[in-house]
Amino acid sequence: MFVHNLMQWMADTEWSVGLHESRYAYTIIESVHVWTLCLFVGFAILLDLRLLGVTLKRVPVSEILTRILPWTAVSFVLMVVSGVLLYFAIPLRTYHNVFFRLKVVLLVLAALNAWVFHNGPVYRRLAVWDSSPATPRSAKVAGVVSLVLWAAIIFSGRMIAYNWFDCETPQSAFVNVIAGCVR
Amino acid sequence: MLLPYFQALESGSIGSAIRDSLWLFPLIEAFHLLALAIIGGAVLLVDFRLLGLGLKRQPVAMLANDAQPYLVGSLLVMIASGVPLFLSEAIKCYYSFAFWTKMTALALAILFTFTIRRRVTLADETRVGPMWSRVVAMTSITLWSLVGWGGRWIGFS
Repeated sequence: MFVHNLMQWMADTEWSVGLHESRYAYTIIESVHVWTLCLFVGFAILLDLRLLGVTLKRVPVSEILTRILPWTAVSFVLMVVSGVLLYFAIPLRTYHNVFFRLKVVLLVLAALNAWVFHNGPVYRRLAVWDSSPATPRSAKVAGVVSLVLWAAIIFSGRMIAYNWFDCETPQSAFVNVIAGCVR
Repeated sequence: MLLPYFQALESGSIGSAIRDSLWLFPLIEAFHLLALAIIGGAVLLVDFRLLGLGLKRQPVAMLANDAQPYLVGSLLVMIASGVPLFLSEAIKCYYSFAFWTKMTALALAILFTFTIRRRVTLADETRVGPMWSRVVAMTSITLWSLVGWGGRWIGFS
């Protein structure tokens, strides 16, 4: 309830209303979000496929990590900034949107997966398998998990636009709970 | 002139089925977006390399060959998912400036990518000047970005 009220307050701020009602700002921000998706997820997928030993087989994994990962970091910042602005334009509805909630959970899982890979034993032994086209089993697992999560994140992100489960319309008890609908 | 054809396409069975379904359009579009991410990665990896960014210690031709199946594969998924999306709202597309911009850019992007860009990426690097590489990369990024932006703006009109 507290967050609901906070989002209601945010939705009423001049900036949020301005963003929501502007003719071009929202559409431009969303276009930036989609363009950056190509750079961010596109490059993340290439790293995942290399971890699977499927593509870029003759490129050492460390090369991709040092030369491609900085670009995914830059584009991730752009993704987050544009994403936060999109949220800020429609805060209350997005807060209660089940696909948005799913996307946030999936993003946390993707971050966790990346953290586990970068801090796990397979990464410490990177020098051993760096240039080999065949990769260790746990590197493959990290790659597959990442691929599945990013695909699911794109799916859920796209579905935020739809109002099938909005609190304003009658919903099942289950949807009411996961959407945190205030009755 | 083309309007009757667009009307016929919209009233076809595929277009009608998608319009009548609540979730078919979003589902197909989600696949369209997923393929967009993959084609983005495949195009940008090589264009970045031509600009001297990213994997600059690897030969251009090797990266281009590695990226090629993903470029072609995701392009096919883009077309296979884009056609039904178009069929469901052909008349809206007919009147959409963004749609025509996208289609023009797409034709140019495909033509450019599989002729000039393919040749430059596979050529002996010592024979391709850095300036020429940059021009090819910037042309490719511009054309594909126009395709993406045009596509996103069809939805806004």
